[in-house]
Amino acid sequence: MALLEIKDLHASIGDTEILKGINLTINKGEVHAIMGPNGSGKSTLSYVLSGRDGYEVTGGDILLDGESILELEADERARAGMFLAFQYPVELPGVGGMSFLRGAVNARRRDEGLDDIDNLEFVKMVRAKAGALGIKDDMLKRAVNVGFSGGEKKRYEILQMAMLEPSMAILDETDSGLDVDALKIVSEGVNALRGDHIGMLVITHYQRLLDHIVPDHVHILAGGKILKSGDKNLALEVEKTGYSGFIDAA
Amino acid sequence: MSATMETIRQVEEATGKYKYGFVTDIEVDKAPKGLSEDTIRLISAKKNEPEWMLELRLKAYRHWLTMEEPDWAKLNYPPIDYQDIHYYAAPKKADGPKSLDEVDPELLKTYEKLGIPLKEQEMLAGVAVDAVFDSVSVATTFREKLAEAGVIFCPISEAIQNHPEMIKEYLGSVVPHGDNYFSALNAAVFTDGSFVYIPKGVRCPMELSTYFRINEMNTGQFERTLIIADEGSYVSYLEGCTAPQRDENQLHAAVVELVAMTDAEIKYSTVQNWYPGDENGKGGIYNFVTKRGICKGDRSKISWTQVETGSAITWKYPSCILMGADSIGEFYSVAVTNNAQQADTGTKMIHIGPRTKSTIIAKGIAAGKSDSTYRGLVRMMPGAETGRNFTQCDSLLVGDQCGAHTVPYIVSRNPSARIEHEATTSRISEDQMFYCLQRGMTEEDAVSLIVNGFCKEVMKELPMEFAVEAQKLIGISLEGSVG
Repeated sequence: MALLEIKDLHASIGDTEILKGINLTINKGEVHAIMGPNGSGKSTLSYVLSGRDGYEVTGGDILLDGESILELEADERARAGMFLAFQYPVELPGVGGMSFLRGAVNARRRDEGLDDIDNLEFVKMVRAKAGALGIKDDMLKRAVNVGFSGGEKKRYEILQMAMLEPSMAILDETDSGLDVDALKIVSEGVNALRGDHIGMLVITHYQRLLDHIVPDHVHILAGGKILKSGDKNLALEVEKTGYSGFIDAA
Repeated sequence: MSATMETIRQVEEATGKYKYGFVTDIEVDKAPKGLSEDTIRLISAKKNEPEWMLELRLKAYRHWLTMEEPDWAKLNYPPIDYQDIHYYAAPKKADGPKSLDEVDPELLKTYEKLGIPLKEQEMLAGVAVDAVFDSVSVATTFREKLAEAGVIFCPISEAIQNHPEMIKEYLGSVVPHGDNYFSALNAAVFTDGSFVYIPKGVRCPMELSTYFRINEMNTGQFERTLIIADEGSYVSYLEGCTAPQRDENQLHAAVVELVAMTDAEIKYSTVQNWYPGDENGKGGIYNFVTKRGICKGDRSKISWTQVETGSAITWKYPSCILMGADSIGEFYSVAVTNNAQQADTGTKMIHIGPRTKSTIIAKGIAAGKSDSTYRGLVRMMPGAETGRNFTQCDSLLVGDQCGAHTVPYIVSRNPSARIEHEATTSRISEDQMFYCLQRGMTEEDAVSLIVNGFCKEVMKELPMEFAVEAQKLIGISLEGSVG
């Protein structure tokens, strides 16, 4: 059974149709990349998949582990294993980085009927995972994303992903706002989480991220539709010809 | 901040209703409804008070008759019929606090249900509690242990009997009966409250706490608290309050006076959880409270921390008179209003002595159709050489039918004084909500987390035992405010 199946998905914001019939199947263990120019519907796709308010699905279906998630709220989808690494992580003044992680971890545990995580175990777990991403204790004491640099924000996103162990992770323009060094650290963090238990959808405008997170499949999204799919070489093609070549061909 | 998560768990467990709305069925001794000199004589006689105390009460009452109810606050409520209130109600048999063994088991049960088990409290928490039920103090714990340190912690009615010289000197010295309409009313009819004296150089060995409970119908609670910290002493005092869920409004008009001598420090914390009324604004407590402290000696310090979640109406401005040189006043406040609640609260910092300093951090959270106003006065008198004040007022709106207002009054009569005022108004953004939801948190968890984050600067000022309760309360108060 496929992990994530997107079937002829149509979605609108208000009266404007943004997604115009998307088909995509992701299996566990696979990393798919969606590339596309600005306004192609990349971010909309990530929000529609994760269940953000304000997007109306007007046709098609989204299946996670074989079951439609269209009727599930954002938090229910998250607890079902859907994770979105935000392009622009949101500031939460006064909410400590540790508290936020603990809240997220416990929300899932409670859903599974488990007790809240033991504090000591939790701290140990965070330290280990944070260390691998070069996140210092000090950063976790600060309020979530408040005053974080671009690199810190993205590393904190990946840390959340590592803590929550989702089955389906969407990385929305994870490379935006990163310099070369930060891009390397974040990519390594993502690569360390790859495996047979997880499917990933990497959304990006530029090919350079895919040098670091090498995808199994690449799809070109434009005008709310997938125009072409292929392997990682497709990304290199985009780099050469630009998106216009594909759009004109379609 | 593990307490935040604790909150969230407890919020989940809570039903979303006011938990303390039950009524204790107990025989009471009640004064007939209405206010007159006879009522006052009756209260004074019930308390077996000396003649001078009765005189003080009558003087306050005669003054009250000449006064008018204040209407400057941004509050809307029907006129209060002062003749339709019982001014005295006491559980029968309780002619004064006695040892815990003699306290009516029904009352002990009540406090246990409120999470203030007077007996267990004594053994576990290390917090001394004075429990005030309607008009009288029914139990005070840890008195012997405190007495060893020379600390006096007793019902004020008892202090009038046993420590008349201190009462005569300090009662009404910070909040004179003529100060305002409600303080005059209180001075005339107050029934009980706590009295604390910390002797010179003593650091009070435990937290002191008073727990106020209004039980009887149509009964007002008028308590009076007086805390005196002598030279170089320290005390941390906590106040908690609840009331049954009733359809009628009930009046609570308390007066709290604090006196800090040279190098003394008083930390006064309140978690106010009076019944707020239902979602349509029916019922609830009218909370008209005058709290004021005087930093009498040099380098003394008074710190007010309050978390206000209850009451239909809150009218309350805990203040500091900074008289001693280098004295410090602080005010940390969180006021949460939901449904039809209205809060007009803030502080007054009166800088008299040189180099006096004050800090005000006020956080208002309004949800539902509620209205939350911060009203604060900072006054630098001519003698407040290089006095300093920093004020920060932040309002958070939840939903689109509530209101938040900030009304600062700033008066400086000394050119070397410095006053800073910062204010922000924000709302919980859709981005913030989605971010939390995407991590698996429910809407209630998300709001509670964001709001507790917003209040963090104030919450960290609360003693640990109270912080958890307060966070839980904030979560519960806001339940049903999203979605």
